[in-house]
Amino acid sequence: MGGGRLVRYVAARVVKMVVVIFAIIVTNFLLIHAAPGDPASVIAGESGAADPQFIAQLRQQFGLDKPLSTQLWIYVRGVASGDLGVSHRQQRPVADLILERLPATLLLTGTAFAFAIISGISLGALAARRVGHWTDSMITVLALGFYATPIFWVGLMLVLLFSVTLDWLPSFGMNTVGADLTGLAAVADTAKYLVLPSLTLGLFYMAVYARLTRASMLEVASQDFVRTARAKGVPEGRVQRRHILRNALLPVITFAGIQAGQLIGGSILVETVFAWPGIGRLAFDALLARDYQLLLGVFLCTSVLVVVFNLITDLLYAVIDPRVDVT
Amino acid sequence: MNGFLAAYLRNRGAIAGVVVLLFVAFVAATASVLFPFSPWDMRGIPFAMPGEMDFLLGSDSLGRDVAAGIAYGARVSLLIGAVSTAVAVFLGVTLGAIAGYAGGIIDDAIMRFSEFFQTVPSFVLAVVLVAIFSPSLGSIVAAIAIVSWPPVTRVIRAEFLSLRSREFVQAAEVLGRSRLAIVFLEILPNALTPIIVLSSLMVANAILLESGLSFLGLGDPNMMSWGFMIGAGRSVIRLAWWMSVFPGVAIFLTVLALNLVGEGLSDALNPRLARRR
Repeated sequence: MGGGRLVRYVAARVVKMVVVIFAIIVTNFLLIHAAPGDPASVIAGESGAADPQFIAQLRQQFGLDKPLSTQLWIYVRGVASGDLGVSHRQQRPVADLILERLPATLLLTGTAFAFAIISGISLGALAARRVGHWTDSMITVLALGFYATPIFWVGLMLVLLFSVTLDWLPSFGMNTVGADLTGLAAVADTAKYLVLPSLTLGLFYMAVYARLTRASMLEVASQDFVRTARAKGVPEGRVQRRHILRNALLPVITFAGIQAGQLIGGSILVETVFAWPGIGRLAFDALLARDYQLLLGVFLCTSVLVVVFNLITDLLYAVIDPRVDVT
Repeated sequence: MNGFLAAYLRNRGAIAGVVVLLFVAFVAATASVLFPFSPWDMRGIPFAMPGEMDFLLGSDSLGRDVAAGIAYGARVSLLIGAVSTAVAVFLGVTLGAIAGYAGGIIDDAIMRFSEFFQTVPSFVLAVVLVAIFSPSLGSIVAAIAIVSWPPVTRVIRAEFLSLRSREFVQAAEVLGRSRLAIVFLEILPNALTPIIVLSSLMVANAILLESGLSFLGLGDPNMMSWGFMIGAGRSVIRLAWWMSVFPGVAIFLTVLALNLVGEGLSDALNPRLARRR
């Protein structure tokens, strides 16, 4: 791919990304308006002074008396400058609350994603290599099973096995409360807490990638260039790795990129089960408190993360596979 | 049709799927006969072990019968799974048919629209929609349908694009049939096969989504559901494992059965693909 074409490709993708993000912001704005109780009456209700004049004053202060299109413009400008509104329950800016929790979620989803990709591709490749063998049947059944299990239930069952029965791993939180560890000890402590949540989130996607890798490898294995490689005496292990697996991975990577965003959605459930202090848990708390401003802030943030992630995958893909048509 | 049945019956997993599914449907249909009381009723001591005091699968923290909850929950799961899929398929087929037949700007607009819904994390969107429009059977069905229609649109559009220029469509155009008749009577029946497979997988996905929503407390407050039961058992899992284990097994078996049926249908409807696997 020539340098000029790549630049044009990137530019086109970025423009598309901006359009999608704008659409997400507008959707978010409309949902805020559909949510029961506008901020003015919520605050007025909480401060106990619900006289109409006070509410009208608050409405004016929040710009709620202006036409919808003006309000939208104000909202878009606010979001563009990093202002996601204020959580009236917690009396803090939504953006601050989310940024505080984001690292924990990224740690969880990143670990789960890496686990899912590595184990999924390995299992899928193993199954494809031993197609028809009992290893293949075992892996296929395993993948089918995890694909059909709700992840929050997998989490609870892991807690039941590893925390309640065996007492090997902690079942909730992110680090030992009151231990005040530093340095390597703190990292090891958090790692212990990370095992069950990331396993829970990763197992479902492991199943997806294993099925995908298996199917993709079987398809590539039937192509002519593989027969040619075998005919010219390339060792079987090398055929599997260099010729089949490498080509079979492309669709898996594309799909994994699309799915990476859904992982963040799944983290709401996993963080709820394990009391993991990320944005998923934040969304659950917002749900319980009916804090719609905060809930929609999380929605906006996760959507934007997905869009950015998709862009990165697209670019990686264009670099890895020169055959991709970038026009 | 006989060929289809024979091909389907050759797949052992698909047969098991149908059997499990029929069993779940039977339990759902006869829930009020098997358990002639409300699943919300207190029936005995709280935290009874499975088998204790006539509680086949134990009782929960309020002395409610877990087995009865599962039976009544089957109704909710199957109902929401089926209805939300029907709505999503209707939406998806309509938009996909319009996009594929009209082409041009309309096609572009519909595809961008569906891409948007495929980009946004679907579970988060479903949570937000149900939370804002307050949890009820209607809002849950609507939210699940809204996040599940795009794949249908893409499949139908692709089928339409390939069928639109075929001879039988041209013949119908020459014969002067109306556009509506061509879309619905000529092209659509030929494009439905992949939708049959897709919808069984969509029902499975809808049941998983519903269980996730009700686990978070976003289920219909008047209906006992599997996700709600697991959510209620979460905090007392050290005390009463059966409260969260059995409803989860119910979800697992139902979703697995639907996936197996989907695979069986897919193999039976595309025998060429099946032989390659």
